[in-house]
Amino acid sequence: MKQFLEGSWAFADAAKLCRPGVISAYPITPQTHIVEHLAQFVANGELNAQTINVESEHSAASVVLGSQACGVRSFTCTSSQGLMLMAEVVFNIAGMRMPILMICANRALSAPINIWNDQQDSVSLRDSGWIQMYAENNQEAVDLVIAGYKIGEKPRVMLPVMVCVDGFILTHGMEVVDMPTQEEVDQFLPPYNPPYKLDVEKPLSLGLLGGPDVYIETRYAIQKTMEDVLTILPEVGDEFKKKFGRESVRLIEEYRLDDAEVALVAMGSVCGTIKDVIDELRQKGQKVGLLKIVTYRPFPEAAVNKALAKVPYVGVVDKNISLGATGALYTEIKAACSHDKKISGFVMGLGGRDITKNSIESVFSQSKEKVNSCTFVDLHNDLLWEEFRV
Amino acid sequence: MFSVLAAIPKSSSRNRTGSWRSLVKPHYLQKECINCGLCKMICPEGCIEGTEKNQYSADLDYCKGCGLCADICPKKDIEMVSNQGTE
Amino acid sequence: MSERGHFEEHCFVSGHTACAGCGQSMAARLVADVAGKNTIVTNATGCLEVFSTLAPQTAWGTPWIHSLFENAAAVASGVEAALIHLGKLDSIRVISQGGDGGTADIGLQALSGMLERGHDILYVCYDNEAYMNTGIQRSGLTPFDAHTTTSPRGTHSSGNPKQKKPLVEICAAHHIPYAATASVGNPRDVQTKVKKALDIRGPKFIQIHVPCPLGWGSEPVDTIKIAKLAVATGLFPLVEYEYGRLLRVTKLPSPKPVEEYLKLQGRFKHLLKNAAELKKVQEVAQKNIEYYGLNSKA
Repeated sequence: MKQFLEGSWAFADAAKLCRPGVISAYPITPQTHIVEHLAQFVANGELNAQTINVESEHSAASVVLGSQACGVRSFTCTSSQGLMLMAEVVFNIAGMRMPILMICANRALSAPINIWNDQQDSVSLRDSGWIQMYAENNQEAVDLVIAGYKIGEKPRVMLPVMVCVDGFILTHGMEVVDMPTQEEVDQFLPPYNPPYKLDVEKPLSLGLLGGPDVYIETRYAIQKTMEDVLTILPEVGDEFKKKFGRESVRLIEEYRLDDAEVALVAMGSVCGTIKDVIDELRQKGQKVGLLKIVTYRPFPEAAVNKALAKVPYVGVVDKNISLGATGALYTEIKAACSHDKKISGFVMGLGGRDITKNSIESVFSQSKEKVNSCTFVDLHNDLLWEEFRV
Repeated sequence: MFSVLAAIPKSSSRNRTGSWRSLVKPHYLQKECINCGLCKMICPEGCIEGTEKNQYSADLDYCKGCGLCADICPKKDIEMVSNQGTE
Repeated sequence: MSERGHFEEHCFVSGHTACAGCGQSMAARLVADVAGKNTIVTNATGCLEVFSTLAPQTAWGTPWIHSLFENAAAVASGVEAALIHLGKLDSIRVISQGGDGGTADIGLQALSGMLERGHDILYVCYDNEAYMNTGIQRSGLTPFDAHTTTSPRGTHSSGNPKQKKPLVEICAAHHIPYAATASVGNPRDVQTKVKKALDIRGPKFIQIHVPCPLGWGSEPVDTIKIAKLAVATGLFPLVEYEYGRLLRVTKLPSPKPVEEYLKLQGRFKHLLKNAAELKKVQEVAQKNIEYYGLNSKA
């Protein structure tokens, strides 16, 4: 049913429809509304779940690790510093192959402390072994949550899933969302039935010490599983489309890319702005397009390469920066494409700096000028000094 | 794909730690035993068996020779003897 | 699995790789055997985890999980929540356990959260008074004047300059149903207290004093003797709290001089010829005796 909802409400609703048995989170802006709504669902008797109000994000992730290990579908969500505090557990959850689902309300990292949006938090944990998907809008986020559980919980996968939503832009933005019914979700998402769990009837020890004789195989196994997800995820996407009529669940989305001379590559809500700019520039006769990365991990290298094969100029929009190197996505797009392709990187929107249509237009034109470099966009140069000043 | 992720209960039985013993091993005299069970209760290895008087013994496949069973025995019915030779 | 009967009898079995005479492996079995098969254990990183679950083997007979150093209490909270959701908490007990570092230092926040939220979990701290797994570094539970690799004795140092953190009081201050200390020097008392704790619903805490021959510089055969002396000197008081109130202590009608305890351990050997420092350690014991009323008649 179509509803006009705040993003957080929609995400909480999506999580509820997946019937998690344990929810644990710690409040952090801009994630808070999601857990508030879930707590209210439980308080109203609309959701049969244990909500554990923990004393830190580290414990939030640890609680859902414990509950998921008992074979109970679990949910958590966080943001920014919270994700950094969780980082140790985030890696651990993947290594222990627990298909927990987390929503990350993307927010900048301190310092300076900043509650506004960029994607530095989740991008910094790209190596953790979680499937990472980035939503362009609230509908997509809802769909990725529901499909995310299905993908992660596949007995062949058993990997955690992070659904990344741009803080404030999506979490606090009101949009019309077509919310599936409980019956539809129950038909799509079977109950969680893991191949291993903590069970007194069939006891196992989980979380062993893996020495040099076994460790590297455990990492290889995750790596190979990630490769499998490149096939499994689109299959679930097809199932999702059949059931719900939407194409949200996919590796990439190509937007007006066929004859594009310049294409931007981006993740998350900025893709909406880019699409608008593309439509306007196309009207002026400019051949521009967008490659939207939905699934960042596993990285869909082959799909990216194919999608950009005929595009001579590529600009990569990064709402993150690997300090001392370049935007993270820029590096990966370059690695995925042939050496002769002209690729530029643009770091923008950090700490909530607006990415305007003008900025995007400028990035399109710069993509043909500043090739093979990565630059910051829209800097206020009057705030930059060679020596310390107050 | 998966690799080592879990262990089946008590699979450490494959690890015969008795080979760690160097100097001494326990010898259960089985004469003055009062079936108090303390030796079995405190053995850090959990490798002592017995439920009746004068029937306790240590599984030398796992005993590391710490001597705590002999130390705690109230009747001094366990002796630590040279680890050389067989029982 | 071995055919030998002792593997059937215990929930924590032979084949683990603890040092000979390890107090922690002794205590872990005392706890596991009282708890029995219908128990799920969460374990902090540390010696116990390392010596009991080196892949692909485990010495545990019950469901057991290790995640990280500081989160055993939080993982246990999730296990307990899952059991409530599954309607199984009536028949299954949850035990969370760790060493002194994993409990009193890095894991204290998660433990406090677990206690405050009222989870039906028994947390057991195996206190061997230093970070033994990393090679004997000082922890918040290292006693005064003990030599460790990060509180070494030297010309300008007589070992750890700090007092042992009052962990059981910190836990009791959460006004939980039960908080106690125990010692492998009295194994029956350990089992009595564990059983008592497991019969209570809600959060429980037991700190068990477990000598570490390697870290304390003691003979493996002296593990029990040393543990007994820690209690008998007043350096490790055995106490029981219920709902925040100190209800019972193990009395010491005639406490032994601390020297008897110290002289069996390499970590204290620098004190034996130092009357001034010995006196300070004796004062620590005396303070405990007075604070907990260990010598009172009532």
